[in-house]
Amino acid sequence: MPSPITYLSQVLALIRKEMLAILKDPASRALLFAPALIQSLLFGYGATYDLTHVPYAALDQSRSAASTELLARLDGTGVFERVATLDHSGQIAGQIDSGAALLVIVFPGDFAARLAAGREAPLQVILDGRNSSTAGAAAAQISAVVAAFNAKLGNRAPLTIVRRAWFNPNYESRWNLMPALIATLSMLQTLLLAALSVAREREQGTFDQLLVTPLTPLQILIGKALPSILVGLVQSTIIFLIIRFWFQIPMNGSVWLMYLGLISFTTAAVGIGLSISAVALTMQQAMLYTFLVMMPLMLLSGLLTPVRTMPEILQVATYVNPLRFGIDLVRRVYLEGATFADIAFDFVPLLAMAAITLPLAAWLFRHRLN
Amino acid sequence: MTTPTVTVEDLRKTFDAAGAGAGRVTALDGLTLVARAGQLTALVGPDGAGKTTLMRIFAGLLRPDSGKICVLGIDVALDPQAVQARIGYMPQRFGLYEDLSVQENLDLYADLHGVPMAERASRFARMLDLTDMARFTGRPAGKLSGGMKQKLGLACTLVRAPDLLLLDEPTVGVDPLSRRDLWAIVQQLVRDEGLSVIVSTAYLDEAERCTQVFVMDRGRLLAEGTPNALKTRAKGLTYTAMPPADLPARDLQARLIDAPRLIVDAVPMAGNVRFIRQPDAEAAGLQDLLAGAPAEPRGEDLEDAFMMLLHQREAVAGPGPIPPDTGLAPDTSLAPATGPAPAGGQAGQPAIVVRDLVRKFGDFTAVASTSFEVARGEIFGLLGPNGAGKTTTFRMLCGLLPATGGTLLVAGHDLRRARAQARGRIGYVAQKFALYGALSVRENLEFFGGAYGLRGKMLRARIGDALERFDLDPAAQSGQLPAGYRQRLAMATGLLHQPEILFLDEPTSGIDPLARRAFWRTITALAHGGVTIVVTTHFMEEAEYCDRIAIQDAGRMLAIGTPREVRAMAGPSGSHDMNSAFIAIVEQGRARRDAKSAA
Repeated sequence: MPSPITYLSQVLALIRKEMLAILKDPASRALLFAPALIQSLLFGYGATYDLTHVPYAALDQSRSAASTELLARLDGTGVFERVATLDHSGQIAGQIDSGAALLVIVFPGDFAARLAAGREAPLQVILDGRNSSTAGAAAAQISAVVAAFNAKLGNRAPLTIVRRAWFNPNYESRWNLMPALIATLSMLQTLLLAALSVAREREQGTFDQLLVTPLTPLQILIGKALPSILVGLVQSTIIFLIIRFWFQIPMNGSVWLMYLGLISFTTAAVGIGLSISAVALTMQQAMLYTFLVMMPLMLLSGLLTPVRTMPEILQVATYVNPLRFGIDLVRRVYLEGATFADIAFDFVPLLAMAAITLPLAAWLFRHRLN
Repeated sequence: MTTPTVTVEDLRKTFDAAGAGAGRVTALDGLTLVARAGQLTALVGPDGAGKTTLMRIFAGLLRPDSGKICVLGIDVALDPQAVQARIGYMPQRFGLYEDLSVQENLDLYADLHGVPMAERASRFARMLDLTDMARFTGRPAGKLSGGMKQKLGLACTLVRAPDLLLLDEPTVGVDPLSRRDLWAIVQQLVRDEGLSVIVSTAYLDEAERCTQVFVMDRGRLLAEGTPNALKTRAKGLTYTAMPPADLPARDLQARLIDAPRLIVDAVPMAGNVRFIRQPDAEAAGLQDLLAGAPAEPRGEDLEDAFMMLLHQREAVAGPGPIPPDTGLAPDTSLAPATGPAPAGGQAGQPAIVVRDLVRKFGDFTAVASTSFEVARGEIFGLLGPNGAGKTTTFRMLCGLLPATGGTLLVAGHDLRRARAQARGRIGYVAQKFALYGALSVRENLEFFGGAYGLRGKMLRARIGDALERFDLDPAAQSGQLPAGYRQRLAMATGLLHQPEILFLDEPTSGIDPLARRAFWRTITALAHGGVTIVVTTHFMEEAEYCDRIAIQDAGRMLAIGTPREVRAMAGPSGSHDMNSAFIAIVEQGRARRDAKSAA
């Protein structure tokens, strides 16, 4: 056995070489910052369920003060935007089919008369169900507007619901999505970086040269894993800063706890990446495997759809998905200010995955020969 | 006088050097030549002479910057398609489809070239007959040996009878047997069909078979003529020196090649040393240098003329990209004697002990029960045809491949148990450049030094030494170095930790004769300093530098011993040079095997 200082200096030499290789290659250098920056801005502005400028058409057969006022209220929310005023019911289908309007509101001819008589006045809303979540959200908005209109008329319902959404008072979907990106976007990059690191060396023949040095598999593993983990954390930091200071989403939890979580999460992701890399013979194979793995990781992570609503068997499958726990960890620390005790469970699968994938990768370095 | 098949006038071509601000590289610098139809024309020259660029321009794959080029009477720059329809071009790495069978590859290329169905049967039969591959038509191309792949590539190029055949270094990395077969095919086609062939090659003995030879250097024509006309340049200057019994040929060779004012070139050959004296060398100086070893004049060959030409160029143009001996003079600091004393290795103990070594890949036995020893300070050569198992043996020796069975002791360590320790004592230079191309020379040295546990002052001192000894620019980007310099960097890296054993995998393939001489000078100096060298090579004449060589075929050891002993084993047909000895031994081995399997 070499002395501990020699052992360490060997690992440091490898880490330094890996960092140089990443930083000196213009392509991988660009991969470090640009995607994290661009993607978090894209997600921040582009990926949102919040309704704005919902196109709608109105068919006002009652032509009354009441119907005009209700339409004015809808327009006043800033959520709806009237794109057409229809003359007869035959025009409704065309509006929805063409996608010109997401919904059509129909005031029956006796709308005002029924209201004046104090009778029930039905209002028809036709929605484009092809986009179910937006349609549902729009319908809820219209209900809210109608409820307010009812209240003004003095038709107070016997039961009312007072909603208080904790951690995200205005229901902004950006608040839900963006903290998850701290884990998700950095994983995309680290997985690919780690997956390419050994495959590139195998393809270019440098891995043999590395394997004939006295470096042990453990040393190679540390030397390969640490730079990737570091890059992952740098990316997470970029996204974190954009979310916190550009989109100004307030953080409730401890930054240190979040980073502790991110370190475990990134380590598990790098473990998967290095295992892919150790199996692949070429960079092309490594890239292919990475993309194959990436899709289920994303879908089963709870990023876009909650894990709770998945079929049971898929819920079980999420236990081997580091992203699920990474997202859970970051979201909870960021939005709800969770303490270590609250999220301690998330660390268990993450560390277990790292404990399996990293030694597997190290073993494969030497045993995946020909 | 036959009609010209290719005429080139004042051809120029430059490339953007990769890397920022690296400027432009001149590949062809005002080249003018005329090649004639119906004969074999050779292009020879060191690395970077522009041979491949010229071939690609002939084939209409590159556009020259300026100058005129006519192939088969067609201006290539104007109508490359018309030229491509009439030529056959085989690049260095021919595009075989590895998953397709031999027959499917032939069919595919026949389809691509639009060979009429009616002609195919007879053409295929002829090609398969010429290449002796009729038995293998069902085998996937990826499963063929390197030499067979080359033959199949040639067959695919020739599915349509072209008017001109262009072969770009068709025999690089191909063993002597396959090389001989390939040349037999080409020569037969020239003889029978009057085919015009232009071939670029690094082997001078191949160029000697051609009718016309063009010697290129740095994009210019250095000389042209028939082999016999070119040879006269070395007339009266060529000798063979017989070293006394107690002096190894390579030591005498080293002494001669270290005296460039008297000697143009020297190589060991069949236990003697072939050398070329400088035209103005004084007899007295030569006598002193030879120190009593008798020297007899011998007939000159093309290689002698080529070396003369290259040396004259050196003298006129100053140091080229690969100067012959700068910084490669013997240096005692190369020897591990000045480094830490090798622990655990007694002087008498062999450096490598191999017993009953076996390696199987599935049912296929790549190496069958092989045993040998390599003594300390010995230069040990592993030779064999492509696919003979020498690469597998080599990879097991350096710990890159676990053995299926047997014992393997390297520097006194069992490779199966104490791998890291054993690895710390060996150096490894891969066949392909296997350092980090994006990193600078210094960064590569720092990394590998660090990986071998060197650090601080010691690391800096060793790197300083290596940079000086191998004349390397520490700031240069490794991937951008010319081939000869890359190889120096690979050597510098492999030697940084002063290994006891140095493994070299075909270190000289793809580098020109000058760089090869310099390279072997370093190797013999290292061996002199006590470093054990294990080397694989395709250049059989390089076996003459070895103390002992082993010839493998089909996973079995056919011969092992000193070059003299191996030549003797080959019998009368192989006794005069290593190339024919090698061919004789492998063929005798195969005949024995066939007889056994028939019995």
